[in-house]
Formats: sequence, structure tokens, C-alpha cells
Amino acid sequence: MSEAPTHATIQEQLLRRAVTSRHDFEEIFLVPIFAVLIALALGGATMLATGVDLATIGKSFAALLNGSLGSASALSETLTAAAPVTLAALGIALGFRAGLFNIGAEGQLLIGGMAAVIVGFAARGLPAAIHLPLALLAAALAGALWASIAGWLKAATGAHEVITTIMLNLIAFRLVDFLLRSPQIQRPGRSDPISQSILSSAELPKLLTWIEPNLRLHAGILVAVAMVFLVYWLLFRSTLGFEFRLAGLNPDAARYAGMRSGLIVVLVMALAGALAGLAGANQVLGVLGRASPNFSGGIGFDAIAVALLGRSHPIGVLVAGLLFGALEAGGRQMQVSAGVSIDLIAIIQALIIVFIAAPTLVRTVFPFAFGKEVRR
Amino acid sequence: MEVELRGITKRFGEVVANSDVNLKIRAGEILGLLGENGAGKSTLMNVLSGLYRADDGQILIDGSPVHFRDAKDAINAGIGMVHQHFMLVPVFTVAENVVLGVEPTGVLDHLDLKRAREQVQAISAQHGLEVDPNGLIEEMPVGLQQRVEIIKVLFRSADILIFDEPTAVLTPQEVTEFFTIIRSLRDAGKALVFITHKLGEMLEVADRISVLRGGKIVGEGDPKTTSDAELAELMVGRPVSFEVERAPTTAGELLLEVNKLRVLNDRDEAVVDDIDFQIRAGEVIGIAGVQGNGQTELVDALTGLKPVASGSISFLGQDITMASTRQRHRFGIAHIPEDRQRSGIVAEFTIAENCVLDSYYDDRYSSGLTLHWPDVHKASAEIVQEFDVRTPSVFALADHLSGGNQQKLVVGRELSRDIKLIIAAQPTRGVDVGSIEYIHKRIIEAADASVGVLIVSTELDEIKELCDRILVMFRGRIVAEFDSGKAGVKEIGLAMAGIAPGSLTGGTA
Repeated sequence: MSEAPTHATIQEQLLRRAVTSRHDFEEIFLVPIFAVLIALALGGATMLATGVDLATIGKSFAALLNGSLGSASALSETLTAAAPVTLAALGIALGFRAGLFNIGAEGQLLIGGMAAVIVGFAARGLPAAIHLPLALLAAALAGALWASIAGWLKAATGAHEVITTIMLNLIAFRLVDFLLRSPQIQRPGRSDPISQSILSSAELPKLLTWIEPNLRLHAGILVAVAMVFLVYWLLFRSTLGFEFRLAGLNPDAARYAGMRSGLIVVLVMALAGALAGLAGANQVLGVLGRASPNFSGGIGFDAIAVALLGRSHPIGVLVAGLLFGALEAGGRQMQVSAGVSIDLIAIIQALIIVFIAAPTLVRTVFPFAFGKEVRR
Repeated sequence: MEVELRGITKRFGEVVANSDVNLKIRAGEILGLLGENGAGKSTLMNVLSGLYRADDGQILIDGSPVHFRDAKDAINAGIGMVHQHFMLVPVFTVAENVVLGVEPTGVLDHLDLKRAREQVQAISAQHGLEVDPNGLIEEMPVGLQQRVEIIKVLFRSADILIFDEPTAVLTPQEVTEFFTIIRSLRDAGKALVFITHKLGEMLEVADRISVLRGGKIVGEGDPKTTSDAELAELMVGRPVSFEVERAPTTAGELLLEVNKLRVLNDRDEAVVDDIDFQIRAGEVIGIAGVQGNGQTELVDALTGLKPVASGSISFLGQDITMASTRQRHRFGIAHIPEDRQRSGIVAEFTIAENCVLDSYYDDRYSSGLTLHWPDVHKASAEIVQEFDVRTPSVFALADHLSGGNQQKLVVGRELSRDIKLIIAAQPTRGVDVGSIEYIHKRIIEAADASVGVLIVSTELDEIKELCDRILVMFRGRIVAEFDSGKAGVKEIGLAMAGIAPGSLTGGTA
């Protein structure tokens, strides 16, 4: 630098965006891909260890692929399974970004789903254009309210959200049982806890019946994708998201910057609850048509894994949600055609998480795929 | 005994922390090792004390090469290090701390604390390091804790003692005592290495000075013939001016008025106790004091981060005692926080994001919920250039900046708003000399433009140099007030230890 550069050129240089480093690329894309590969390999080894012969293992992996991606119906199943887990995981990812470990998606999902069912069968005589959005809104609001309890407890008393959300899950399970037996909700003539069926005007419309009438894919996947973009905007393009991320990374700096941490905690929890509530609505309005005990089916817990796998980034969550959808759909096929237990899919999912959580391990196993790590 | 470092080179990845360093440490001599943060002082000493292994070069003791595999080897060779952050167990006694790891034991491995106490006493007596072997560490002032650290090293029969920034945590009086101690250790034939970035202390106590810059020895000096300006130039690589040019102060309108302010800590003890002062536009007020005498809480109360127990704070005639942090920002109060790592900078955020950390909600950067990133980026590029933050891009993470550049970023962010008052807590802590000079200049420029300034610092030199008036805090109270021109270091130092001039009396440190 012999001559002083002008103000304008310095400004221009400073505003030059750095190319995404190879390291980031590896962390976001390569690590998950290889984690899935190792997990599948170890899943195979587990099968071998439990006495499954090689031919059946080959057959089951073929079934896994076939059942998730191999046909229109497989794709439809994959997307159907991906939608709720993606929605709930978006909420959890939002929490992670703001430094909150929200274990309560399962309960929020149940409460949201119940609200959707109630609006779905009770609000009669509405056109679908009003009824469906109303049911979705009810689910989001109910989920938000339920989750805000944990947020409020943390803001007001410092109660840790892990504890309170777990407790709220347990309460939600029992509350749903109770509601499903109440005469206003229980289906007439049934003694087991099951709700009335929603009206067709509240159903999430099926998307692929024009190809084949029994394809289950419904508009919930569109809701999920819309929410991916909304959460992306919220996190990275809005002042609120700036506050969330700051509060998550450095609460002291957030206070220094004059943010109201209590309000942020309640807001984040409410938004996370709303997304989980939508996931619940997705199940009752799109797949089940009614509510029964445990209609959540552990989606709220799978969502934690999906949020982690997606590195709390909305796009990453979408990709991870699709992967989990594929594993779920493919796993069912595996069970049917190769007779392998569906528990194996749970093992593979767990292994994927282990390897995602330990990127160095993945780097060690596949040294050829990664650039040399530079120690700082 | 003589230790020689010959051609020591230490790399971390691509970064060369030490490059071909030659250094001799002799018995009966205090070697001063001077250099800015990041110059490689600590790396070099960690090589010497066995914590790092050099990539190249040799360590020779009395002419024969030695190889340290770990810190234990170095200790066995007689090299001991007194760390900047003490490694003492607060709930243990002095004797217990000293023998920790090398405990004298009796029959059946029984811990022989009596012998430990005697051994500690013997060392104390031998070197004039007065300390009660039964005293609890947590009840001791910092100066005494440092003595315990020294005894610890001597107990492991060290002949070479390395002191890493030993005076950073001491009051001026404690510094004087510390100098007496290391001189007597020198006279007892020990070899001492004294690491610091404070030039005055270096000139006062060292027998020989080596200056490190960019991992290399760039010069040696004889303290009797060198001036601090020469040393600073060696250290920074260009002439440094210590004089801050100031326009004559013209105190303007009353900005901040603090009245009988009391702030409590978690245990309901008053940590800020009945404090009154005022700041006018264009004035620079300094709060001096040893760390932990209520300065942090005072700043937190002034910036709305900690509730006030009683008393009032008003700004431009308006009562802001109950105002939120955000409101105070909006009134034009800037805050340079004392710990930038903890609250001033978010390491995982980009430089641009850090530039709007406390003004992202402003109309300049957002409308409604939407942040206008292009505007944020442009404004950040201006701040970066204007305040000399060394970075290739505003999209780089703040984590990649050096301490000095991070601090310049914080200062730039705060000063580039429309402000009337700056509350600067430890504005140059852990910052290199070049950046200190720069930050001081910018703060004084702001004062000249009739912004009021409150500087809270444990560095007396900094306070003396910048401030018009100096208030000394001790145990939550303002125990003395000085006009900057007339105050002597000695009086201020005594006040910092709670011994106030005239009628005011406090406890003794």
C-alpha cells in the first residue's frame, strides 16, 4: 500500500462479502451427509449383530430407499411425514437460536392439535376458505399460549425451561385424555377416548389425488415450507430475530443493548409453541381427521433431533425434516418387505444425531472429504 | 545459574508466535520482557515453563541443553511461573495452597499440615514474604495472594521465577511492596523474568529489558539509559505520543447529577454507598479505585443495568433513576462496558451486527420489524474506517479481531451515535499501546466537542492523563476527590487503599 486508497475504495472493500469458507460448507452439508452414511453402515452392522443375514440387510436397505423415494406414493409418504416434524423443529430451532432448550414441542403440539380438532368439528357452516385458516389459527394460538406458560415462568421466576416444558408435556398428555372423554368432544357412542371427526371444510386439502386417489400428501407441507421462509425472515431479516439471536448468543450483551430479556423469552416460547401447534393441526387436519390419545406420536421429540441436525437454521431444518420423513416412510417399508423391526430406524436416527453432534468424529472417519483443519 | 533460550520458534498453524528468539536469563538479575498483547511474551514463557514445546531452538541451563516434556520437567529444573490469574483455592489456607500437589506426608500417607506450615514460615522468613500460613486465601487482599503464589513457586525450589503481568491487579502501594520483594529475591540470587506492558514499572525495576514485537526480539535496553518513549517506539514500531492534546476545558451545562446513590449487591450489602457527583458538558471525570470497590455496580446503576436502592440519577434535569437501559441509550448516554468479551462484543456476530448492537432499532437501520441490512453494512463500514478497526470486511466475525480492534469497534459504535455523555469503564483494558493512544484521543476529542465523559479505570496513569477531576472509590464510597493537575500519585494511591487525606478515614487494605 504505497498510496493511501480513497475513502470510496476502502468502503467498497469493506463491503465485499467474503465467500462462504470451505469450513462452513463442510459443516453444513458434508458432515450431515457423512453422518447419515456412517449411521446407515452402523445400522447394517447392528442388524448383522442381531443375526439378520446379509441378503435381508441388502433387501431392507433397498426397501428403505424404495419406500422413501422410489415411487410417487413413497414420495408422498416421505413429504407427509416430513411436514409436522419440520414445523415443530422450526419452533425448537427458534428456541435454540435464542438460547432456550424447549423440550415441550410434544405438549404444545397436542394442545394445538386439540384446538384444531375442536374448531374443526364445532364450527359448522363455514366455507373451507374460512374454516381451515380458523382451525390453523386456533392451533397456533393454543400452542403459543401453552408454551408461553414455560416462557413466563422462566422470565418471572427463572424456572428452567427444560423442567417446565417437560412438566407441561406430562400435563398436556393427561389434559388431552381428559378432553377426549368430555361429552362435548368425545365421539357420540364411543367409550374410548376419541374425538369427533373434523368437518371436511377444515381438512387440509389433499395435493396428489389427481395422480392416484390414495396418495395422502396434503397441504400441510406447503404450510411447513411457508413457515421455513417466515422463520428465516424472522431470524435474519427482522429486528426481533436480531434480538432473539443476540439473547441466545450473549444474554449479557442483550441486556447491555437494552433488550428486555423476559419479553424475549416469552415471545420466543410463544412462537415456538405456535409452530408446534401448527404441527399438531397438520396431523389432525391433514392425516388423522380426529384426535386420539398420543396422536402426537413423538413428533415433538423427533423435532428436537431435526432442529439439531438442521443446525437451527430454517433451511437446514427443512432438509433434516425431509430426511426424517424419508427415514420414517422408508422404515415402514423396511418393516413390511424385509421384516426388519422399525426400532432399527430409531437406532439409525439416533446414530445420525450422535455423528452430527461429533463433527470431528465424522472428519476423522472420512479424512479425504474434508480440507485440512486449521487451528486458530 | 543461567538459562539461555536459543533460536526459539513456535508456530500455531500458519501463525508464527515466536520466531528465532534468543534470550538470556541470569541469576541475580531482573529481566524485563516488554511487548504488546499478542507480541508473543506469554508463548515464549510457556515454552520456557514447559507448557508448549518449541518447533525449533533450544533451551540451555548452565550451558547444557534441556528438554521439557511438560510443566513438571520445567519445575524440576527450577523454573517457576507466577501467573497473572492466581491459581489458588480460595477456601484453603495459605499453607494448604502452598503444598498442594507436593504435600509433606507422614506415616501411612497422612497429610502433615504442621510441617507444611513450618515450611511456609521458613520461606516467608527467608525472603521477607510476610504472610500467615493459617490465613484463608478468600479473606486476603490481592497483594497477599500474590505473595502466596510466590511462596508456592519458591516452595518448589525454583531458581528462575517468571512473573506474568504481576502488577495488573495491585494498588500502587502493593506495587511498591511487590518491587521490594522481587528486588530482595534478586539479591538472594534468583533469576527473575518480569513481563509487563507498563513502561514505567519496567524502567523502575528491571536490570535489563528485552522488547518483543511480532514474535521477535526487536531490541534490548538498559533501563538506566533508555526513556519510556524509546521503549514504546520499539514496542509499537512507530513513535507513540503519550500526551493527549486537550483544548482548555469549558464546563458547559449540567449533564449528569448523581444524588445519594446507593446500590445493593445480592446479599443486600451496599456496594455503592451514598455517592454524589456531577458531570457537565465537556468535562472528563475519572473514577479511580482498586477493582471491586463498587465501580462496576456504579456503572451498572448509571446505565440502568442494576436497580438503585435509594438516591437519584438525573440527566439534563430529568430524573432517570427508573429509566430503562434502552431509554438511557436514547437520551444520548453511551456506554463502553468494562468487559467487552462479556457484553460489549458478540464474538459470533459479524462486525456489522456488532456495530448496531444497541441501535439496530433506530430508524436509520430498520422500519417496523424489518432490518435494512444494506444500511447497517454501510454504516458499519464507516465506523470501521473512521475508528481504524483493522478488518478486511464488515462481514467478518468479531471473533477474528484482536482485543484492541474489538475495543476500537466498541468505542466507534458508541461514539458514532448522537451522544451527550460517555460512560467508559476500563476503556483500554487488555488493549495494545497503539490502540490505547487512539482510544484516548477519540474520547478526548468527544469531550472537546462538549460531550461529558466519565472514565472508570483501575489504571491510575490513564485517569491522571485524561481527567479534569478524579474521584477515588473505596468500599462503595467516594473517599477523596482531586483536581487532576494537583494530585500526586501517592495521595491518590493512599486513597485507593482507603487511607484518605485529611478527615476522611476508611479501613486499611
